[in-house]
Amino acid sequence: MHQTFDAALELNLLHANQEGANHNREHFDKWGISCFNIMSSPGAGKTVLLEKTLAALQDKLSMAVIEGDMTTELDADRLRQYNVPVIPINTGRSCHLDSKMVAGGIHTLEHEYNPQEIDLVLVENVGNLVCPAEFEVGEHAKVALLSITEGEDKPLKYPVMFQEADCLLITKTDLAPYLDIDLDRIAQNVRQMNPNVTIISVSAKTGDGLEVWFNWIQNQVSTLTLCH
Amino acid sequence: MHETDMTKALILTVKDWYESQLEKPKIEKIHLIVGQFTCVEPVSLQFAFEVQTRNTFLAEVELVIKDIPLVAFCHTCQQEYKPEIGLQYSCPDCNSPMEDIRSGRELKIDRIEYSSVNTYENVSL
Ligand SMILES: Nc1nc2c(ncn2[C@@H]2O[C@H](COP(=O)(O)OP(=O)(O)OP(=O)(O)O)[C@@H](O)[C@H]2O)c(=O)[nH]1
Ligand SMILES: [Mg+2]
Ligand SMILES: [Zn+2]
Ligand SMILES: [Zn+2]
Repeated sequence: MHQTFDAALELNLLHANQEGANHNREHFDKWGISCFNIMSSPGAGKTVLLEKTLAALQDKLSMAVIEGDMTTELDADRLRQYNVPVIPINTGRSCHLDSKMVAGGIHTLEHEYNPQEIDLVLVENVGNLVCPAEFEVGEHAKVALLSITEGEDKPLKYPVMFQEADCLLITKTDLAPYLDIDLDRIAQNVRQMNPNVTIISVSAKTGDGLEVWFNWIQNQVSTLTLCH
Repeated sequence: MHETDMTKALILTVKDWYESQLEKPKIEKIHLIVGQFTCVEPVSLQFAFEVQTRNTFLAEVELVIKDIPLVAFCHTCQQEYKPEIGLQYSCPDCNSPMEDIRSGRELKIDRIEYSSVNTYENVSL
């Protein structure tokens, strides 16, 4: 019989991803950039929200987008009309962005643009409610979107993303009259697992609540800039 | 689907360890600890691991997964409780939100079981 040995690793399975994320964050910090990781299920309204955000804040902040939704270039094309750097990431068939993919985006940012002049990088993650939250990409804050058409119970069924979010946007509130949905219930369900999350209800269609979201962004960016 | 990526991360981590060893060991089992409050489904992970390690230095290696339940601590009641995933996360006694997760978020390679020196020299992945 041969002898076996044990190597106690006690190493996080996502160790490599975590190191990559820390490295990405160092780059952002060096350039004085704040980075938000924007996550939701497919179609909750990430790209439309980005469009509104770029349009509204372009005079106040210098922004760039790392676009992880690469099934097509459609999302990236929609965002390019706002004259900000839009860097598409080839995610292949992956169901989330990881820190290595975003490092590729940062590389492009460094070589084709002027990162020193950028205040905010918005990362649109792959539409997926399950795993993007598990893969940090180097962000300073996680933003989760939940559209009201998805139902109040989604935070309970897919808790990890909602538990980790710094900001939750309840989107498409203009559709509320057509649905049987209780917005307070969504908020309660999220607060059960994440009592400190900032919750903002918005409609990108009517513009309702967007001002609150824009203020949140600007507050975050100025707080982070002070820390840098 | 995401288990495929998790498995890639796992393989990379083990490969790092393997390459740091002076005498290349023969890995027999990899013990994982997977919390229930993660996005990882053990069955899918097993399957992805088997597929992705075929014809590599990890072929035939057994993946042993230990499931860790979600346990939270309620500071109001000063006691631990087990939230019901999918139903309720706040404390069943006092309804305080789940703030302090004591276990269930683990995604760890606990340890690697290996035997004496491997005859292969190259790690091919
Ligand atoms: N009524 C209404 N529709 C919206 C709103 N925001 C987004 N939509 C619609 O929802 C659909 C999906 O929006 P997107 O912005 O593409 O969603 P996404 O999250 O970027 O989708 P993926 O990137 O594919 O995951 C589009 O048809 C939008 O017009 C809203 O506030 N109200
Ligand atoms: Mg999109
Ligand atoms: Zn994934
Ligand atoms: Zn309690």
